[in-house]
Amino acid sequence: MRVLHLCVNGDRLEVAAPPHWTLLEVLRYKLGLTGSKQGCDKGDCGACTVLVDGKPVLACLTLAALSEGREITTIEGLMPAHRQAGGEGADPVQEAFDRCGALQCGFCQPGMMLSARALLNDNPTPSPAEIKHALSGNLCRCTGYTQIVQAVELCVAESTSKKPRSPAWAPGVNPWSRAEPASGGQD
Amino acid sequence: MAARDNHGVGSPWKDGFKVIGRALPKEDGLAKATGQAIYADDIQLPGMLHAKILRSPHAHARIVSIDTSRALALEGVHAVITGESMPIRYGVIPWTPDENALAVDKVRFIGDEVAAVAAVDEDTANEALRLIEVEYEPLHAYLDPREALERSEPQIHEGKKAGNVSKHVGLDFGPVDENLEKAEVRVEGDYVFHGSTHAPIEPHCAVAQHAADGLLTVWSSTQITHYVHRALARVLELPESRIRVIQPCLGGAFGGKSDPFALEFCVAKLAMITGRPVKMLWTREEVFYAHRGRHPMQMHYVTGADRDGRVQAVDAKILIDGGSYSSFGLVTTYYSGQLLTGPYDFPAYRFDSTRVFTNKPPCGPKRGHGSVQPRFAFEVQFDQLAEKVGVDPIEIRRRNFQGDYTETVNGQRITSNGFLACLDQVEEASDWKKRRGKLPRGRGLGVAGSMYISGTNYAVYPNKMPQAGVQLKVDRSGMVMVFTGGNDIGQGSNSVVRYIVAEELGLRPEDVRVKAADTDLCPVDLGAYSSRVTFMVGNATIDACRKLRKKITQAVAQEWEIPQARVFMGLGEVFDLEDREKLISTREAFHLAEEHHDTLGSTGSYNTPTLGGDYRGGTIGASPAYSFTAHVVEATVDEETGRITVENCWIAHDCGRALNPMLVAGQMEGSAYMGLAEALLEDHRVNRFGLHAGPSLLDYRLPTAVDTPELHALIVESLDPEGPYGAKEAGEGPLHPSIPAISNAVFDAVGIRLTELPFTPGKVLKALEEQKAEKQASPGNPSEQPIGEKA
Repeated sequence: MRVLHLCVNGDRLEVAAPPHWTLLEVLRYKLGLTGSKQGCDKGDCGACTVLVDGKPVLACLTLAALSEGREITTIEGLMPAHRQAGGEGADPVQEAFDRCGALQCGFCQPGMMLSARALLNDNPTPSPAEIKHALSGNLCRCTGYTQIVQAVELCVAESTSKKPRSPAWAPGVNPWSRAEPASGGQD
Repeated sequence: MAARDNHGVGSPWKDGFKVIGRALPKEDGLAKATGQAIYADDIQLPGMLHAKILRSPHAHARIVSIDTSRALALEGVHAVITGESMPIRYGVIPWTPDENALAVDKVRFIGDEVAAVAAVDEDTANEALRLIEVEYEPLHAYLDPREALERSEPQIHEGKKAGNVSKHVGLDFGPVDENLEKAEVRVEGDYVFHGSTHAPIEPHCAVAQHAADGLLTVWSSTQITHYVHRALARVLELPESRIRVIQPCLGGAFGGKSDPFALEFCVAKLAMITGRPVKMLWTREEVFYAHRGRHPMQMHYVTGADRDGRVQAVDAKILIDGGSYSSFGLVTTYYSGQLLTGPYDFPAYRFDSTRVFTNKPPCGPKRGHGSVQPRFAFEVQFDQLAEKVGVDPIEIRRRNFQGDYTETVNGQRITSNGFLACLDQVEEASDWKKRRGKLPRGRGLGVAGSMYISGTNYAVYPNKMPQAGVQLKVDRSGMVMVFTGGNDIGQGSNSVVRYIVAEELGLRPEDVRVKAADTDLCPVDLGAYSSRVTFMVGNATIDACRKLRKKITQAVAQEWEIPQARVFMGLGEVFDLEDREKLISTREAFHLAEEHHDTLGSTGSYNTPTLGGDYRGGTIGASPAYSFTAHVVEATVDEETGRITVENCWIAHDCGRALNPMLVAGQMEGSAYMGLAEALLEDHRVNRFGLHAGPSLLDYRLPTAVDTPELHALIVESLDPEGPYGAKEAGEGPLHPSIPAISNAVFDAVGIRLTELPFTPGKVLKALEEQKAEKQASPGNPSEQPIGEKA
C-alpha cells in the first residue's frame, strides 16, 4: 500500500492504494467515484477519461501515484463546479447531452462529456469537424455519434445565442428548445 | 388472460397528445449525465470478494483432470469451483440446453470457461487461476463450417443425431421450381456474411449476495432478467422464489447480454459457498469470447422475375456458422429465412438453412437477429435484378411492394406498412433522381429496404401468461411509481413507460418514476430482445393506466355529481370539461379516489394475438406488427487504395408512431452506424488455431466519431393498429439496409459488385482488377444489355 495525496474535484484527499493501481482504480474502488467507467482497461475506448489539470486523460493508463499534485476532475465534479460558479442545474454539457438524447446506455458518456468540456474550455466555438475530432478518442456504441455532436453544437449555439442546426427528423425547428418542446408526431 | 390491444392509435384525451410525440429528455438522462447512475461494476458490498474465470486454451479438447488444490491453498483465496460444482445444463432456448456454467468433460472453444476462483481481490484471483492445473486431451478443432457440415466425428456436442448440425430448417411456400423455370429473368449468386460482435462499452459484470435466510440476490448486466432468474434456479437447484435478479443500469447490450452467462452462475455459487458477496467483472478480452454475435453465413440465392422485374420466386440455401453452443441458434436458423418475406411480395419462396457447430466463440442474437445476413444477400441480388431488367433500383422496390394489411407468402400477417413512404423520403432527401447513375466515377448512391419484427409471439418457453406486465403504485404526493419487468438497456424503454403514464393519467412526466427489471419488485416481462419492449410494455402500460383512470374519474365524477365522461385529466390537473371552474390537482384527485375506493394501484398486461403460419415453425418470426426501413447510402471509392468511405446515410424508418422522435432517431442512427461499422471495419474471426484474431477494441475496429458518416434520420409514421398509440419498433430494423446499400452504392460508384463482407480495401482492389481484366478481354463488348425497359 502507498499513501497518495490526490486533489479530486477540488477536495484534497489522502488515500492508501497498492502502488501499481491506476488512477481509474483508485477513483472507482477507493474513492467511490464510480462515474468514471472502465470499458477496456487498455486505453482503447475512452470511457475512463477524466480531466487532469484541465486536459482529458485516460485514467486506466495513468498510475494513481503519478497523479499526485494535479487537479483531477471527474464527471461527479462538473455539476458542483457549475453550481459553485453560480450556475443552476448541471453543467451545460451535461444538460445538453440529456436534452439531445445523447445518453442512451450512458456508459461511455462520462468520458465523452469530459472530453467535450475540455474542448469547450479551450475552444468555445468549435466547428462540427473539430467536435468530432476532439471526441474521437471516446468510443460510443449506441448513438452513431450524431446526437452527441448535436449536444456539443447545442452548447456552442446557446453560449453564442445562435439557433442550432436542426436534426433531420425535425427539419427547420429547434426540437431542444427549452421554451416549447417540438412535436414530431401527428395527433 | 392478458388484455389484447384495443387502445386505438389516438390520444387518450380529446385535446390531443401532450407528452407523446415530443422530444423530451429521458427518465434517467441526468442521472447518467452526472455519473450518479449505478451500473453493475459500481456496486460494492461490504466484505465483497472478487472472482475470475479460468478459460480453455484449446479450441476443442477433453478435460482429463483438474487439480485446484494449489489454487485453494493460496492465501486470500476463498473458493474454487469447476464444472462439477454446477453440472446441470442450461440454454436460453429450453429445447437446446447444451451449456454448462463451467465446462464438464469438454471445452469447445478457446475461451470456454473451465474453473472460477473467489478471492480477496482480483490480483489474488488471477494468481490463483495460474495455480489451477488442467490436463487436456486435444481433439480435432472445426473452424470451417463446411467441414463441420460434412464431417461428423468427433462431434462437438456428443449425442446429437446429425453430426455437428445444430439446427436445420427447410420450408417452402408456393411453386418455387415452376416459377423459377418460367421466370424471364434470373439472378443467381453467392453471398458471404462474416461474423461481428456487439461490443457494448460496458463489459459484462455480475454481483451476488447470499443472505443468511437463503435468499440469493444477483445483480447482473443482463438484458433479460427473467431468463437469468429461471436459469439460475435450474442450474443452482434453488426454488425461483429464493432468487432475486436485478438489472442495474446497463451499459449497452445489442443482443450480447441476452443469454445467461457463466459469470452469473459463478458469482451466485461462490457467494453461496463463501457466505460473502462476490463480484465478477469480465475484461474486454473476455467479452469477445462471450460473443453471441452475428452468425457468419454463406448464402446462395436465386431470384426469378418477369421482364418488368416483378419477383416470381426466391430460393435460398444458407449455411450458418453457429460457433460452439446453441444459444438462440434455433431461432436464428428460422429467422434466416422467415424474415425475408417483406416488404416485397414473393409468390413463391423457399429457404433451406443449416446451422452447424464449430469450435469458435458461440454466436447468438445481434441487433437484427438472423435477418441482417439474408437481407444483405437479397438486397444486393435485387439490385442485380434491377440492373438486368434495366429499371431504377428504387422503382423495382416499389414495383414489388407487398402492400399493407396483407399476408406474406409464409403466412405472416402484415398490418401497417409505410415502406413506400420510406422509399419516397430517401429518394427525395438523397436527390436520387438527379444523382444516381450520374455522379462522377468513384462516387455513387445505393438503396436497400427491409422489414423487422416488433416483438414476436414465440415466447421462448411455452406458456399462456402475459408477455409483458406492468404495475402502477399511486402515491399520495401525486406521483405514480411504475414497476415493469422490461429491461432498459439504454434504448429508453423506462422513458417510454414514463411518457405513456404521463399521457394517460394527465401527469407531468417528472411525476412518473419507473422501477424496472427487479424480479422481486416488478411483474414479469420477457426482456429486451426481438424489439419487443416499447410495443409490448407500452401496450401493457396503457392497459394498466386505463384501469386506474376509470377508478379516478369515477371517484371525481361521484364527488362532483357529474357524468364520468366529463372528468378530464391533463398535466397535473383534473377538471370538469363543461365547467372549468371545477378544477383540482391530480394529487387531490388521487386522494379522492383513494377515499372512494381503497389503496390505489393497477396492473396491466399484453399478450400477442394468435399469429403465424399453420406449419411447424410458423410462429417463429410472426410478429403483431412489422417495421419497415429504406436507406440510401452515398459512398465514395478510392480506386488507388480500395478504401470505401460512406459520406451520407439517409435512413427512412416506419416506426408506426414516434412516441419520442428524438429517441426514435437515436435508435435509427445507432442502428445505421452499427451496420456501416460491420460492413466496413469490424471482423470477429479466429486464427488457424481457433484463437480470436483481435479481442480488443483496438484490433476490433469500432468506428470513432470521425469515421462515422452523416446519418440522416427520417421518421415515417404509419400508425399501426396493434402498437401503443400506433408505435412499432425502431431499434433493429434500421440496421438491415445499411449494409447492402453500401454494396449497391459501390456498384453505382465504380461498377463492381461486393458480395462478400466485410468490404475491405483488398476485396475492392481485387474486384477492380477483375473489372479491368474483363474490359481488356472484351474491349468492344459493353456489359450485358438490360432486357426490360431502358435504363
